[in-house]
Amino acid sequence: MDLVLHLAIVVAIYSIFALSLNIEVGYTGLFNFGHVAFFAIGAYVSALLSLQDATFSLALIAGIACAGVGGLLIGLPALKLQGDYFGIATLGFAEIVRMLLQNQVAWTKGPMGLPGIPRPEIFSWHFDTLPAYLLLTLGAAVLTFLVIGFLTLSPFGRVLKAIRDDETAAAVLGKNPFAYKMEAFVIGSAFAGLAGVLWAHFITFISPGDFTLTETILVLLIVVLGGKGTLWGPVVGAAVLIFFQESVRFLRLPPEWSGILGPLQQMIFGLLLVILMIFRPEGLIREKGKETIDRD
Amino acid sequence: MIEIKNITKSFGGTRAVSDCSLSLAGLKIAGLIGPNGSGKTTLFNLITGLIRPDSGEITLEGRRIEGRMPHHMANMGLIRTFQLSRVFPRLTVMDNMLLAPRGQAGERLWSLFLRFPRVHREETEHREKACELLEMLGIIHLRDQFAGNLSYGQQKLLELGRAVMAQPKMILLDEPTAGINPRLIQTMIDMILKMKARGQIFFIIEHNMDVVVELCERIFVLDHGEKIAEGSPREIQTDPRVIEAYLG
Ligand SMILES: Nc1ncnc2c1ncn2[C@@H]1O[C@H](COP(=O)(O)OP(=O)(O)O)[C@@H](O)[C@H]1O
Ligand SMILES: [Mg+2]
Repeated sequence: MDLVLHLAIVVAIYSIFALSLNIEVGYTGLFNFGHVAFFAIGAYVSALLSLQDATFSLALIAGIACAGVGGLLIGLPALKLQGDYFGIATLGFAEIVRMLLQNQVAWTKGPMGLPGIPRPEIFSWHFDTLPAYLLLTLGAAVLTFLVIGFLTLSPFGRVLKAIRDDETAAAVLGKNPFAYKMEAFVIGSAFAGLAGVLWAHFITFISPGDFTLTETILVLLIVVLGGKGTLWGPVVGAAVLIFFQESVRFLRLPPEWSGILGPLQQMIFGLLLVILMIFRPEGLIREKGKETIDRD
Repeated sequence: MIEIKNITKSFGGTRAVSDCSLSLAGLKIAGLIGPNGSGKTTLFNLITGLIRPDSGEITLEGRRIEGRMPHHMANMGLIRTFQLSRVFPRLTVMDNMLLAPRGQAGERLWSLFLRFPRVHREETEHREKACELLEMLGIIHLRDQFAGNLSYGQQKLLELGRAVMAQPKMILLDEPTAGINPRLIQTMIDMILKMKARGQIFFIIEHNMDVVVELCERIFVLDHGEKIAEGSPREIQTDPRVIEAYLG
């Protein structure tokens, strides 16, 4: 039972993380290869404040806000770059953030990490059991889903998709591509921060090693597998991939296998992605719009 | 409305547009013709801010506008189409149309949340307008299709419809009838004339001389980036320099 609750919580957190990336990758066409940085900022800011006895509400808001501001600061230079160069810039940024966490020992304890992050408490409600924490993360996931759903189905979301499809054509219709990309990037970063906060207070111990490129790849995989530019895609993708990833961990495999488990998992992920790209390149969930050919 | 004075643009060694001056004041439909590579599209790119001029002026209703960003140009009322049509392939036909109106409350984050009733009202109005236009263009049955699934000709019609949806001061059409079948060419011409009757102003690059003569009040002729003639369709058809540019 605990295992199921544990899985559900991780799926909920990764749904938020993937929804936040999808508004960038799926809707705006921004291939962000450093998304984990904003997850890390949320996790560390909230953890550090909580360890200084700040209330959870304050730590939560600070974590989200710092991730959003981080998005703004990196977006200002990076969003001026085109396609691949933007990807490289975000990748570099994520490495810089990880290095800072690793080396700013005075603040972050460096590679030792931060143990003992308290479970949240909001208005004297304690979220210190698994069911309670599941409730909290589900609430946050539903809220994220609704906000991102509302945004992407609105005229604002329509502009994002137009910029994804053809930035120049959007510009000559009067939409400022830089401003919209910035908004999408800051929103995506802030929600990644939310996911990070929830992660830190769930796991209760974080260290720089948790926030590597592997995490970014996992969340990208969730978005692509689930279906870029769809509302349910990231949720379905998170459920499928997290279930797969975590269940492998709980298989009763002989100890001598444990060494190859990590690489094996990576290989299966890779294989999954290749199979998917061949048979269903648009992901499990499809974008809305008819495909039937009906020409003049 | 638009005045262009001594505008010049070079790419490396070639002068794509060279010291051109044109006045479109008072014209409902102006035409721009010239052989391939004579600088017509480059002139449109200059007017819509996709490239900056090396020198010269563009004024819109008395305001200097040259060198501004494309979205500024669009928001001041200059909307263009492209020679090779550029619809948004992964937006539906309807969404392509709904994207075009300028200054939508729902496209700005703060007003999207704070003025939702207005957002909703605007969407309803735009949707009605879009249906009317799509009906006129004969592509209403395709409204829920991804625009990328349309035939090339249908995409060009959609691009025209989208430009009309923006209700700009001037629509600049870059070869609207190139590469599409005669029936769609007729739809295109009818649409342009209907919109002209509603007061829409056009500036059209066009290769098909029959179309140019049918639509335009005044025609400007470019050759090697220079304006070599301007006048009524009749004057242009008999102008020796124009005949030479096209034959030689
Ligand atoms: N972005 C560009 N870079 C380099 N050369 C260009 C560019 N755009 C246009 N040209 C050149 O400018 C000249 C005019 O091109 P263009 O305006 O497209 O002609 P037209 O539309 O009349 O056929 C051509 O020689 C073309 O190769
Ligand atoms: Mg051209």
